[in-house]
Amino acid sequence: MAREQARIDVRKTYKLYVGGAFPRSESGYSYEVHDSKGGFLANASLASRKDARDAVVAARKAQSGWAGRTAYNRGQVLYRVAEIIEDRRPQFVAAVRSSEGLSASRAEAVVDATVDRLVWYAGWADKLTQVVGNANPVAGPFFNLSTPEPTGVVAVLAPQGSSLLGLVSTIAPAIVTGNTVVVVSSYARPLPAVTLGEALATSDVPGGVVNILTGDALSVGPWLASHMDVNAIDLGGLAGVDGGAEAAVAMQVAAADNLKRVRRAPATEPDWTREPGLDAMTDFLEIKTVWHPMGV
Amino acid sequence: MGIDFDYAPAPESTGIVDIRQSYGLFVDGRFRDGHGTPFKTVNPATEEVLAEVAEADASDVDAAVRAARSAYEKVWSRMPGAERAKYLFRIARIIQERGRELAVLESIDNGKPIREARDVDVPTVAAHFFYYAGWADKLKHSGYGETPLGVAGQVIPWNFPLLMLAWKVAPALACGNTVVLKPAETTPLTALLFAEICQQADLPPGVVNIVTGAGATGQAIVDHQGVDKIAFTGSTGVGKAIARSVAGTDKRVTLELGGKAANIVFDDAPVDQAVEGVVTGIFFNQGHVCCAGSRLLVQESIADEFLDRLKRRMATLRVGDPLDKNTDVGAINSAAQLARITELTEAGEAEGAGRWSPECELPSRGFWFPPTLFTEVSTAHRIAREEIFGPVLSVLTFRTPDEAVAKANNTPYGLSAGVWTEKGSRILAMAGQLRAGVVWANTFNKFDPTSPFGGYKESGFGREGGRHGLAAYLEGGR
Repeated sequence: MAREQARIDVRKTYKLYVGGAFPRSESGYSYEVHDSKGGFLANASLASRKDARDAVVAARKAQSGWAGRTAYNRGQVLYRVAEIIEDRRPQFVAAVRSSEGLSASRAEAVVDATVDRLVWYAGWADKLTQVVGNANPVAGPFFNLSTPEPTGVVAVLAPQGSSLLGLVSTIAPAIVTGNTVVVVSSYARPLPAVTLGEALATSDVPGGVVNILTGDALSVGPWLASHMDVNAIDLGGLAGVDGGAEAAVAMQVAAADNLKRVRRAPATEPDWTREPGLDAMTDFLEIKTVWHPMGV
Repeated sequence: MGIDFDYAPAPESTGIVDIRQSYGLFVDGRFRDGHGTPFKTVNPATEEVLAEVAEADASDVDAAVRAARSAYEKVWSRMPGAERAKYLFRIARIIQERGRELAVLESIDNGKPIREARDVDVPTVAAHFFYYAGWADKLKHSGYGETPLGVAGQVIPWNFPLLMLAWKVAPALACGNTVVLKPAETTPLTALLFAEICQQADLPPGVVNIVTGAGATGQAIVDHQGVDKIAFTGSTGVGKAIARSVAGTDKRVTLELGGKAANIVFDDAPVDQAVEGVVTGIFFNQGHVCCAGSRLLVQESIADEFLDRLKRRMATLRVGDPLDKNTDVGAINSAAQLARITELTEAGEAEGAGRWSPECELPSRGFWFPPTLFTEVSTAHRIAREEIFGPVLSVLTFRTPDEAVAKANNTPYGLSAGVWTEKGSRILAMAGQLRAGVVWANTFNKFDPTSPFGGYKESGFGREGGRHGLAAYLEGGR
């Protein structure tokens, strides 16, 4: 009689999330992801230059349609993401716990804050224009209105430490206004990003609006920084990274080739539990002013 | 029918302007010599030398930045907003009082028609100072906080010398910053007259410093470690170089760069107004306008008729002496700019576009270029893609609104656009789809201190004018 054996784990290799699908890295490379104590968690795809380019194509394709949704609808779609994370709470808690080495209660708190953050940003969808737009009293018979519009395709280097709350706190402000994003996740802690991708795939967020690359911001970032069809880049994920400051300078220089809007990396990763300002949204907006004669 | 309606010359007197033989730098409230090689500024309409102007080298820029820092820390940032406001109101009043002098000097140094300097540039300059003066004690309501950035380094172009100065200096000072400003090397004189106005207003020394010179002087400002903010208006090439050079610093940057605006005329447009708007759009200020409507997109069904009317109107433009009050199109600002316009228009012909200009007699001396349009232009032609910055219009056609949008947006620039149609819902739909910071519908080239101006894409970032213009000079405005 065979002796009962310990069950062998099904070890997963997670894929990228691009254009609403889950492709393997075109490079074929993956890397081992470990928990905070060094134990094996899973394999993650190691995104390459080609993956970054594919993700930009997907983001560009989705951008005008997403920006063309009503603000109310974008708010509803973001709120629905919050609901889905709430539904999948155990999975997100587990991903945060293993990735960030948190206690169960602290991981729960991170997921709570993430859901709350999404709800907060969802509410901004149909209010930001009223807060940052203006009617302008020009000295002449003209109707004159300034309103914000999305910048376009935004590359986001997500925070390395806060793998879920920080991630969502950088994606949500970019997409709520109608941008689409290509996100490079935390290198060492990609699982919450993978889990988020799986949640987004079952949400109402159209494919291509959020594209998630797992891998190294230092190697993928430069391709996004120099990509001529990317309109803006958030370098926040370079905060606290070895060699991050030098990489940030190089990426800022590359970004100047098409005058990308650059959100610079802070010296250290911010405290993501604090209520955000508007700058994470307004950094990726353009103000458009429309004139029309009146009275003739 | 032999009545000849020739215009008699109507020259504006230059007696009001007193141009000195040489000018120094304006640093810490007084004029001083520069350490670079002095250069000459010429009247582009006659090529006569107007004055010799000091060139600021890196040590002069350093002195200006130190003066600005000292004034910032000891005086200007500590002064209550209401008091800063009063200095700006004073300046605005003096600009109005000396308006004619400023207009004539601007016309002489720049080559623009006195009519435009008098009716557009100078009144808008005064209005800009009035507008931002009023913000100085109301910043807590701005949405960007009340904390200034420090010393602003500002580099401006030659097309609207005094107006660009106002766009830079007024909001910076209102927010509590001090400035080091470099006017363009071909048009320094009104900025130096503005320095005298600062003295006349008893503005504390060091709050405004004006250093003259060319690219090297600008570079010294951009690279100076004591500068907290760079504001630049000029070419996209230089704008990109600035964006590169501030990488890794904490300097804040706003850039107002080039453009290649489409002026889109639909078949239901009010034709006479549209013709006027297209003419204003490209021939205002000799086309030396970053937001100029340099591409006419006209709906195919009315293209022939529209072009006929446009040509008829162009034939009535009066090109010549900028100081003549009847002049519509003045002198090209410099020999270098004339060479650039000439080169690009020759490329237009070589690439197969059809060139047309009305018959017009150009003065024998000075830098001149006739109002010109090109037909049979394709989107691949250089004259459809590159900024010419002169009185040259490229005409393209379209059939559907979607095609118009696609062609209009088919450029790395995104500064402005024009739409001409009587259909309101179409205007709003077009305005929404055009990737440009300013959309003029059934009008063109309108500017106002309350109205934000600035570009999408490679036309730069940041806005000048309006509440949004404060963001460039306040900590909370990032």
